[in-house]
Amino acid sequence: MLRRLHSAPGLVAGLIVAFMAITGSVLSVQPVMDHFAVRSTTVAMNVAALANAVSTHLTGVERIVHAASGAVTAYYDGGKGVAAALIDPATGAVLGDYSPSPIFVFFTELHRSLFLGMNGRFASGMSALALAVLAVGGMLLLVKRLGGWRKIFVTVKGTISQRLHVELARIAIVGLLVSSLTGGYMSLTSFGVIASTSPVGQFPASVDGGTPALISSLSALQAVPLADLRELVFPYAGDPTDVFTLTTASGQGYVDQATGALLNFTPKSVGQSIYETLYMLHTGQGLWWFGALLGLAALCVPVLAVTGTSIWWLRRRNQIKVANNAGARHADTVILVGSEGNSTWGFAQVLHRALVNQGHQVHTGAMNDLATAYPAARHLLVLAATYGDGSAPTSANRFLSRMARFKPHPNLSFAVLGFGDRSFSHYCRFAQVSAAALAEKGMDQILPMATVDRQSPQAFAQWGQDLGGKLGNALALEHVPTFPPTISLSLASRTDFGMEVQAPTVVMRFTLPKREISHWWEHLAFGKTMSFQPGDLVGILPPGSPVPRFYSLASASGDGELEICVRKQTGGLCSEFLHNLQPGERIQAFVKANPDFRPRKGISPIVLIGAGTGIAPLVGFVRHNDRHRPLHLYFGGRDPASDFLYAPILGEAIADNRLAGLVTAFSRIVGGGYVQDRIREDGAAIRDLVSSGAQIMVCGGDKWPRALSKASIWRWPP
Amino acid sequence: MKKLITVLMLATALGTPTLAFAKDTKLSIQMSNYWGPPAYLAVYLNKLDGSFDSTVWVAGGQSRYQRDLRSWFRAASSSNQRIDGITGASIGSGRTMQVDVNIADSLIDAGYTLHVDSAVQDGGLVRDDAVLKLTQANSGTVVAGRGYVGALSVSF
Repeated sequence: MLRRLHSAPGLVAGLIVAFMAITGSVLSVQPVMDHFAVRSTTVAMNVAALANAVSTHLTGVERIVHAASGAVTAYYDGGKGVAAALIDPATGAVLGDYSPSPIFVFFTELHRSLFLGMNGRFASGMSALALAVLAVGGMLLLVKRLGGWRKIFVTVKGTISQRLHVELARIAIVGLLVSSLTGGYMSLTSFGVIASTSPVGQFPASVDGGTPALISSLSALQAVPLADLRELVFPYAGDPTDVFTLTTASGQGYVDQATGALLNFTPKSVGQSIYETLYMLHTGQGLWWFGALLGLAALCVPVLAVTGTSIWWLRRRNQIKVANNAGARHADTVILVGSEGNSTWGFAQVLHRALVNQGHQVHTGAMNDLATAYPAARHLLVLAATYGDGSAPTSANRFLSRMARFKPHPNLSFAVLGFGDRSFSHYCRFAQVSAAALAEKGMDQILPMATVDRQSPQAFAQWGQDLGGKLGNALALEHVPTFPPTISLSLASRTDFGMEVQAPTVVMRFTLPKREISHWWEHLAFGKTMSFQPGDLVGILPPGSPVPRFYSLASASGDGELEICVRKQTGGLCSEFLHNLQPGERIQAFVKANPDFRPRKGISPIVLIGAGTGIAPLVGFVRHNDRHRPLHLYFGGRDPASDFLYAPILGEAIADNRLAGLVTAFSRIVGGGYVQDRIREDGAAIRDLVSSGAQIMVCGGDKWPRALSKASIWRWPP
Repeated sequence: MKKLITVLMLATALGTPTLAFAKDTKLSIQMSNYWGPPAYLAVYLNKLDGSFDSTVWVAGGQSRYQRDLRSWFRAASSSNQRIDGITGASIGSGRTMQVDVNIADSLIDAGYTLHVDSAVQDGGLVRDDAVLKLTQANSGTVVAGRGYVGALSVSF
């Protein structure tokens, strides 16, 4: 709801608000220029002396204006129409002709009325309102997202667009609020909704009418220092019944040109004082540095508009549509989905359809949308994927915190189905955590938690059967797994190792498609189609199987190549396919981020431990170690003559300091051993490194790290 | 009270015929090219002796800026004539304004003059920017302004 309150005005008014912001920031330059152009004066001249001096220098003076910047301008009869001159505030001498800057005149009119008269002023006022709504709504949204006002300044994660949007908004929010609220107020005054002027004192009914006195002798003008002057309008020449109209910081009155008496002075109203203050804050006239800050804040608006639109577009594109979705309060069955890359949603849709076909009222939503209660529901079905190192996926990252407020109905029972990949540690960890949290609420389990490995349709169908049995319905769940769209990559080159030691291993380099993205805005809107770092995963679909196999990447997308290292597994569909692949032949692949397997930020040392093909991502880290962070690599193979993967590259890395230390262990040579042995030998040194903040990264298949820990090498001597 | 009603009736009786003979008059003003925001204009009639008679048209609706048209504002505010129906938008540089105005028949060829005062924000105030004698012969005659008004014409 809050999000819609933010996105709807943003989409509707984004363009006009950005336009007003750009014109506004152009205008903010004016007070700055004025400030540096006006000479500050220390001589305190009174208005009578100044007006007198000006009227001796210029003929037919009409009025003298003292601007907030300190500049004094006199308008006089220039023969052909009105002319204006810049006046030295200290002496009243003419400094030169004055003409308002055409650029600022143009932008002022553009900014306040778009050259469309009152309609334009209305549009301008509405855009101020829209900006205020966007600023407040965005702030509330951010507070809600980050979990409270205290966390409002924590770093945010997400796409470039999301981070840029939040970071800029946090910087600019105060300025934007001031600009929009003051602008809105000014707009209301120009429509007469709020009074901005003081009632004008009646024009004096009777004046002396005698011969005008010397201006410098007029007592009412002598009493006003220049600093207080706003405007002095001269009487019409030759009209003895006319008077001086004097506007000062405190009000407006008239001055008899014969006697110098102040007539009908009206103090400034509260409304006008407020208006003038807000005018100063909005325009920066009289407060140039503040105006400049507002101008800078306004410059963020176009970027916010573009990033905001792209965030909206991405979310919309990724939104999953569920047909026949019942309201959460009326559904008898609720399906909650915790998904990272949307694949789990596909399963939820199948389950949803099957339940609806059995006559159920089904509500499907994200786990993050967990309500406080489902009054009509009997069954709560949770389909939860696990992200990275056992943590919650995107659509479920607030599930556990929302659980605190969840008050299930006594009749509500639940079932959890976990989705994951057995090749990762912490398989379906988040699903287990969720199931435990639900059980803690005292709810009955319909059936024990089950898991689906690598989107297995069979496991899903089986769970459907079990669930249907408990619910008394026949649930036929047929799901065709979906994977991210694949890209066709062609093999550029391959290097074979390990043939002689019965461990055929191939390092494969695929060419990345060249022109995928050519404009910066495509980056903002869609991100890179294939963007990865060493340690991320590539999913490869072998011909004849819908299930991808994942390999660690040894290169970054910036290298222009996608490099993997594949050990041939006997009978392995994908590894045999890859081992038979010749340069020029193609694979279907997609990239999956693996954010938990990355070097920590900073330059603390890292101990890299890899065996066999597990060295691939570690070599990737070494290659990109341009900051010469101390990396210590332990590598285990069979025979240095046959399967010493990446030997030349590691040699170069040691030579140019990208690799601080290399320790190898080969099992099939005389005097050889295993990596575990080498680590045990270096135990004290590694322990020192770790205690000084070093990170340890292990890669070598699923079983091998476990073997490492069984070898009790992590139990350091006390 | 009776006296007041009589006076009112008399005023109505005297006022109505002149209004009934009022002609639809076309007022046309072409602005000169100047740098600045749209100008505020006051178009009004002066009597033979030069004193203010009535307002014909006001371009620009905000009283804050109408006040800048000082001599007109001064005279008009003491005349108590309502200007709601004869106020339009301010006119930008180079623009042309054409409006139908009411000028009583009896004022033509009676020594009245039509005046236009103009004011522009951060610019000047031009009293008697353009002046035209209200005579039948002047119907359609174009006179040039000396300030922000480029040309003025009235056709009866």
